[in-house]
Amino acid sequence: MAGTNTMTKDPILKVDHLSMRFGGLMAINDLSFEAYRGDITALIGPNGAGKTTVFNCITGFYKPTMGMITMRQKAGKEYLLERMSDFEVNRDAKVARTFQNIRLFSGLTVLENLLVAQHNKLMLASGYTVLGLLGFPAYKRAAAQSIEQAKYWLEKANLIDRADDPAGDLPYGAQRRLEIARAMCTGPEFLCLDEPAAGLNPRESLALNELLRSIRKDTGTSILLIEHDMSVVMEISDHVVVLEYGQKISDGNPDHVKNDPKVIAAYLGVEDDEVEEVIEQIEVIAVTAPGDTPK
Amino acid sequence: MANITNTPESAGSNLMARALREAFYAGLVALGLFVLFVGLKTDQNILNELVLVQRWGLLAVFVAIAAVGRFLSVAFIRPYLAERKASKASTGVKEPGFVTRNFSMIAVAVLLVYPPIMVALFGFQGSLKWVDNFGIQILIYVMLAWGLNIVVGLAGLLDLGYVAFYAVGAYSYALLSSYFGLSFWVLLPMAGIFAALWGMILGFPVLRLKGDYLAIVTLAFGEIIRLVLINWTAVTKGTFGISGIAKASVFGIWSFDVSASNNFAKVFGLPMSSAYYKIFLFYLILALCLVTAFVTIRLRRMPIGRAWEALREDEIACRSLGINTVTTKLTAFATGAMFGGFAGSFFAVRQGFVSPESFVFLESAIILAIVVLGGMGSLIGIAVAATLMIGGTELLREMEFLKHIFGPDFTPELYRMLIFGLAMIIVMVWKPRGFVGSREPTAFLRERKSVSGSFTKEGHG
Amino acid sequence: MEYFVQQLVNGLTLGSIYGLIAIGYTMVYGIIGMVNFAHGDIFMLGGFAALIVYLVLVGLFGGIPIALALFIMIIVAMLMTGLWNWVIEKMAYRPLRGSFRLAPLITAIGMSIALSNFIQVTQGPRNKPIPPLVSSVYNVFGISISLKQIIIVVVTAVLLTIFWYIVNHTPLGRAQRATEQDRKMAALLGIDVDKTISITFIMGAALAAVAGTMYLMYYGVIVFTDGFTPGVKAFTAAVLGGIGSLPGAVLGGLMIGLIESLWSAYFTIDYKDVATFSILAIVLIFKPSGILGRPEVEKV
Repeated sequence: MAGTNTMTKDPILKVDHLSMRFGGLMAINDLSFEAYRGDITALIGPNGAGKTTVFNCITGFYKPTMGMITMRQKAGKEYLLERMSDFEVNRDAKVARTFQNIRLFSGLTVLENLLVAQHNKLMLASGYTVLGLLGFPAYKRAAAQSIEQAKYWLEKANLIDRADDPAGDLPYGAQRRLEIARAMCTGPEFLCLDEPAAGLNPRESLALNELLRSIRKDTGTSILLIEHDMSVVMEISDHVVVLEYGQKISDGNPDHVKNDPKVIAAYLGVEDDEVEEVIEQIEVIAVTAPGDTPK
Repeated sequence: MANITNTPESAGSNLMARALREAFYAGLVALGLFVLFVGLKTDQNILNELVLVQRWGLLAVFVAIAAVGRFLSVAFIRPYLAERKASKASTGVKEPGFVTRNFSMIAVAVLLVYPPIMVALFGFQGSLKWVDNFGIQILIYVMLAWGLNIVVGLAGLLDLGYVAFYAVGAYSYALLSSYFGLSFWVLLPMAGIFAALWGMILGFPVLRLKGDYLAIVTLAFGEIIRLVLINWTAVTKGTFGISGIAKASVFGIWSFDVSASNNFAKVFGLPMSSAYYKIFLFYLILALCLVTAFVTIRLRRMPIGRAWEALREDEIACRSLGINTVTTKLTAFATGAMFGGFAGSFFAVRQGFVSPESFVFLESAIILAIVVLGGMGSLIGIAVAATLMIGGTELLREMEFLKHIFGPDFTPELYRMLIFGLAMIIVMVWKPRGFVGSREPTAFLRERKSVSGSFTKEGHG
Repeated sequence: MEYFVQQLVNGLTLGSIYGLIAIGYTMVYGIIGMVNFAHGDIFMLGGFAALIVYLVLVGLFGGIPIALALFIMIIVAMLMTGLWNWVIEKMAYRPLRGSFRLAPLITAIGMSIALSNFIQVTQGPRNKPIPPLVSSVYNVFGISISLKQIIIVVVTAVLLTIFWYIVNHTPLGRAQRATEQDRKMAALLGIDVDKTISITFIMGAALAAVAGTMYLMYYGVIVFTDGFTPGVKAFTAAVLGGIGSLPGAVLGGLMIGLIESLWSAYFTIDYKDVATFSILAIVLIFKPSGILGRPEVEKV
């Protein structure tokens, strides 16, 4: 992948010493990492490592026990996300997200889902409803434009043929794509995707990769994603952060992470004292079978 | 029975045997249910002591009805329904006819010509009942239900105290017109604004609550407002209520006060009749209803209306899209309350009298029932439900002929609410999603397809 | 001080009645997640059943000992309302199970309207007074405690103990708790879910019937509208305590009883219900799931 030398890059999101405690459980413990502008950053780790909790802290759904999350917009404006409530994180800081268990407005049509996402923009255009109610042309223009915007994303997500169907009626893979399209309709600079490939078949998975790449290419939106599917992670991400038990155990480009013995140990589940052993084995494998890295 | 059991077809005889068995059980259960409450009646004797009156004949009728009803249901109605369902499934969906497609237009046209037709049919005096008791009464409930629909049907917030805003509107008009002599046309918008303010005041602390917690707190607020109206006698005159509330005028041009010089009938040289005022009120409430419908339809296509519906579908997703759910909920509460306030001030002007009696929980329950029975979110369904439920029970008052069947002591009105309650249950069991279960999308690219009720959610806030 | 303790005793009595009704709300809510609005009217029905049984007993055997009469009244009222609630659940709620959340709420409201009007039609709209059943009053340290109050508190305590035992230590209670957690899984594990729900309704109704009998005995009068206010108060109690929680229902009932009697004693009786409802609103604003309710974790 391009841009392996992440050190020179411009961080869009900085997580500093983030901790989150639920009762007696330390779900995240002193986690620090950065996501760079224009990158696709992947957050991986075994089940229960605290990935979704990190997401919920970033997007304002949880208030972290400690730590600082800084979002720096393109224009240079900085937001401390841990101090903002969930809707402000999207509205002001321009961070959008999707959910692990898809949360669509299933009784609204696909198109309406994308229009709801443009709420704040349209509220402003409708003069907080008053002018729109009176039929001012400014709102009509904005409404027409919002439909164009929705159409753009429907085409990107390959959902244009289902635009007038209820969102709940879509097949699973299409729902995932719709959720991403909906998040993009809020005009984010930073997009957080919680397991976007979960439950997709290989073809849908490919379409998803395509969509994510084109989002980055066409809008310059930076992406942070949680993923279990290693083929997705290794294929599209520029930068990988690995969590285990709420702590960062590895951070770097996909190749680096893939060969990190601590990561392998975490995924294969070995005792701490066996890590050394695993490292040795990996070195052997790395020498004998070099062909499995992409490209 | 015998010839059926003799046929070789054992399925039929099995069915009959089962029907008989179930009929027996039903009769037994009915006997248990009604033996105390129907078989015996507590009555006061001359010494004001309670004594029991025995009514075993009536009990027998109840038991027989239960048994026969069960028998017919098991033996004939259910097989017939199953058969019809099977045949219906094969014929496929029917194209909506002309009436279905233009239902709202036709309904508005009928309503516009309704008073003149009633006058033509029954004369001025005879039309009073049909214009007032049916027309105005139903339209008030239509308006209230459309107002509540914004809160419950669109935003998915369960409000069991909606009648509070109705009361705020009615008392705003009653008090401000009696104390300050302000006219209806000034007070109508003010009543709406007051009610909306109360909606915000009550809404703000409780919108953190969800589902049934929200329901009970709204119920509590409704009761609090009623209790304050009862007990704050210095201002509200308590249970005596406020009477002699000024009538509305036609925009201040013509009055309906008999003594006024610009009295409507005098100006036009017509014979005096109270029917003009009622007809005027009919068109007034019709106009208010149409405004409510227009605003609701408009709002649904605006970002705020979409946010309400999105809130009903998934609140967390709303927040992730940058929607401030607190203000969104508050606007839903305030908008719904505002229409309740308008309806309240109309109610005060129509009755000329308000008392806390009119704003009991039962009213909230009836309005909510109309919204749910109509199909949440659907204006037409709600209007149909209001017409059937309110008009239907109102019709009972007209069933004088029943006296000939059940004797002169029979008062059909007594059964009005009993039948209303039973009708609520039957309609709900028959159509759990209400009369109109589907949802019309607010925007479309190629074609407007209604969304089946199985996809829409009912909200949990 | 004596005045205060006196009010405490009165509040406790009232609270016991509310608590008994509240359990019915909370159990039904716990097991099928619906607010059984008709439950207050089931309570009223129980009171009427007790009234009619009392009149029958007096009519048949004039000098029946009052303890025996009360016992028979309670038993018959329990059976009666149990049967009613069983039929109501089967006909009005079961067909709607698993559908739209508001549908059963509406049928319950409809059932509430129908039940109270049924009693109005069949029994007449007037107040039904009976002569005082038990009238002894004891004086303990300057506080007068009537035998009625003792009976109410003792009966409530005994029933709650039995009840608590059933829910926590019998296969039936286990089935109820399993159904509450996950209806589908409970069915897969061989629990007869329909039967469990039916029994829950019958149990709730039986407790409401006891409350109805106690209410009749305490106030000596009952009328067809009596289901509403105690019903709403008991629902308030269930919510205040945390709906779904059995100890919460009792605690909420006692709290509401105490608030009412103390407010009436020290402030104005006119605004006692306003006080009750206001305290409910305030408690819920700070503890949105009630006092003993499990806080609803917002799963993102």
